[in-house]
Amino acid sequence: MSATQFLFWFLSILALFSAIMMVVSKSPVHSVLWLIVVFFAISVHYVLLNAQFLAIVNLIVYAGAIMVLFLFVIMLMNLNAETEPLKNKWLKITGVIGGGALMLVLVAALKDADIRNRIAETNKGEIGLIHNLGMALFKEYVIPFEISSVLFLSAMVGTVVIGKKE
Amino acid sequence: MHVFLSLDWFLLIEKAILISIIIGISLIVAMYETWAERKVAAVIQDRRGPNRAGPGGIFQPLADGLKLFMKEEIVPNLSNKFLFILGPGIAMLTAMMTSAVVPWAGNIHAFGRDIPLQVADVNIGILYIFGVVSMGVYGVMIGGWASNNKFSLLAAIRGASQIISYELAMGLTLIAVLMLTGSLSLRTIVEQQLDHKYYVFYQPVGFIIFLVCAFAECNRTPFDLSEAESELNMGYHQEYSSMKLGFYLFAEYVNMFISSAVMATVFWGGYDIPFLNDAKFGQEHGQNLLAGLELLCLFLKIAFFIFFFIWVRWTIPRFRYDQLMNLGWKALIPLAILNMLVTGFVILFH
Repeated sequence: MSATQFLFWFLSILALFSAIMMVVSKSPVHSVLWLIVVFFAISVHYVLLNAQFLAIVNLIVYAGAIMVLFLFVIMLMNLNAETEPLKNKWLKITGVIGGGALMLVLVAALKDADIRNRIAETNKGEIGLIHNLGMALFKEYVIPFEISSVLFLSAMVGTVVIGKKE
Repeated sequence: MHVFLSLDWFLLIEKAILISIIIGISLIVAMYETWAERKVAAVIQDRRGPNRAGPGGIFQPLADGLKLFMKEEIVPNLSNKFLFILGPGIAMLTAMMTSAVVPWAGNIHAFGRDIPLQVADVNIGILYIFGVVSMGVYGVMIGGWASNNKFSLLAAIRGASQIISYELAMGLTLIAVLMLTGSLSLRTIVEQQLDHKYYVFYQPVGFIIFLVCAFAECNRTPFDLSEAESELNMGYHQEYSSMKLGFYLFAEYVNMFISSAVMATVFWGGYDIPFLNDAKFGQEHGQNLLAGLELLCLFLKIAFFIFFFIWVRWTIPRFRYDQLMNLGWKALIPLAILNMLVTGFVILFH
């Protein structure tokens, strides 16, 4: 077992464990913190694939910005385990059915995918480096990229409009 | 067993020694920053400052550190125990981690190897620092929330919103610099400046915005809203005592040291020696002497910025919270975007 393989297994176990802990934690603040651990583990996976730019952007955007806002909301609303509203039994059942259906779709979609014959390039892939990524984004995919940025702009305008109403 | 045989042991040992030295130096610098802060404050306020422990109060930081260690450890009854202890740990860890990508000097030649005085020359250097700094918010937020104290929580949320607001302007100025450098690696950025083309002369507005944001990111006066004593008692570390409090205070000083190092590296030529042709000097007097002088030079630049941090603290009073947010969102961010656009136009049509 090489060092990379060892890291891969360690990180995968860490990511799965933290993801499960995120779902089962009683306190929402703990859930957010476990989710941050998941993002960390996934970022290090990116580093193993030599996609350093993706790794750090994943950390800055998700763990550094979005999760901080989540924490803001949860901390200010004071959602502790004691003040948790009573859960509806039917809500749990629909949750289980919804999750099961999602898993069924995922398994059906991935069943025929050609994953087995593809080997991840560790330590030598170049696509995740900033230069190549920029080239791909602004040459091949420039129109989808610009459209998604317009989408972000409209979301921003929407936020300002909602904020101004009061 | 196989895992351990396949590693490059020399590299590991080299890096381990380098990391320990850098962490040691960061802590010593942070210790003497507290001493310098009190001495500079004394000069500005026409006092003597600490002068009992050793000549000129030189052992005062040791006495202060010992005092913090000997204090009683208090964990509030209704706090979240694990997160309460994790908070200062994260603050310290993120403060220490940023030093990994800073190039401290050119290569030194020892034991038949060229050893770079930099822990990791990753090709995303600046973004790495940015990422770790954005993790630093959690130290403050977790600590403030876990204390289960309303003042701590309010201060933590204030501090975190201040840090994420000023991160934006900081990132926008860095984009303008990166347009000039074409590289994110800090070592490449320093090497481009070795013939005295410091980026501060090309990006003066960017440097000033970066400097202001660095004050806000380090929670230093005039932006120390998260520990505003007059409004929030002690701020987010209200409930902390002993070395846990020490970690929070120390992390602030380590952050000051590292942000001074980053400013010197990105805008002021890093380890470049002013008024001297580094490469020629290296050939004449040997690589190791050159590296030593470069290290000294970088530390002089860092020392100046640390002095500047302290100078401002004892000169300018604290901003009000709405003033802070107005400055960040309505002044610095538009200015940084304008700076970025102008830089882009100049590069395009020059």
